[in-house]
Amino acid sequence: MSYYQGLQAETLTIRGHNGDQGEAYYARPTRAEKFPGVVVVHHLPGWDEWIMEVVRKFAHHGYAAISPHLYFREGTDSPDDIGARVRSAGGVADAQVVGDVAGGMAFLRAQPNSNGKIGLIGFCSGGRHAYLAACSLSGVDAVVDCWGGNVIVDNPKDLNAKRPVAPIDLTEKLNSPLLGVFGNDDANPTADQVNRTEAVLKKLGKNYEFHRYDGAGHAFFNTTRDAYRPEQAVDGWRKVFDFYGRYLAASAANVAAE
Amino acid sequence: MCSYIVEKAALVGSAKGRKGWMRIDTANVYFDHPYYSTLDHVLAIDFTNEGEGGRDRVAIELSADSARALVERIQAALASGEAAHAAPITVGADSKQSRAG
Repeated sequence: MSYYQGLQAETLTIRGHNGDQGEAYYARPTRAEKFPGVVVVHHLPGWDEWIMEVVRKFAHHGYAAISPHLYFREGTDSPDDIGARVRSAGGVADAQVVGDVAGGMAFLRAQPNSNGKIGLIGFCSGGRHAYLAACSLSGVDAVVDCWGGNVIVDNPKDLNAKRPVAPIDLTEKLNSPLLGVFGNDDANPTADQVNRTEAVLKKLGKNYEFHRYDGAGHAFFNTTRDAYRPEQAVDGWRKVFDFYGRYLAASAANVAAE
Repeated sequence: MCSYIVEKAALVGSAKGRKGWMRIDTANVYFDHPYYSTLDHVLAIDFTNEGEGGRDRVAIELSADSARALVERIQAALASGEAAHAAPITVGADSKQSRAG
């Protein structure tokens, strides 16, 4: 058997919030085994090529991964144009995102290759959404928040009809292990906000681990950005796969994190 | 972290997009993470016609410094252009400045 296993990736339609049908990008290993599932939550600019690479990376490491297009209700034209329209409208409602994440989880669990375990991961606003979803949904076995800002909301004016509750205020309902990955130079979340989030998790006795990186700011995993920090990103990905390996009982091939 | 902060400017104008020329009535302006640029943050402007649904746009992503420089050049172009168009037409060999159009 080859060290590197094959994978298959495709866009397909899943049911999301309120049963609405929309696009998602799905990748999984091709070998006949059971795999943990991961829902990948994209950032505010949209459902972009880097997120598709992340989905395939999980498949490469032995996970069935899916990224729902959180803006699918806006149509099927270019994801960047759709993202711009959603931004102009003030983003999407938290409840809708949580419903779409739940749809991704249900899809993964329904597949014959599922080992029954589901993880969430999100980046930037998706990190916040992943935190929120893990505090709102049952059946999450592990969650990874990569530099999600506004988990703590310092200005009440930032709460509105679409984002009515600060995720930190739902932390008591978190019932899955949480991995947090942050850059110490990030402006949102700041190092202070990360510390305050950790203090709440600690106080509530939650199962969490936070990793903070010097010399890194926001989005330092993102290979398409000047923000990319290879040394910190490689270590951060190792932390992610180690975490999922422990909590999702991955049958993943021991491919070194890249 | 993406900010959701968008400044909206009402416009009278037109822009050329993927379907050719279109009238525009709005510029959505924001400083946030880009979609295409490799910069961490960009000053982005989406020119749209919200009166017609805002589905098409002409988009730009600029570095902060170049966006500020552009603002200055726009002001300079307006100042010099309006001055030129307001000035009397000068004709003859001594003319230092002329206008066309």
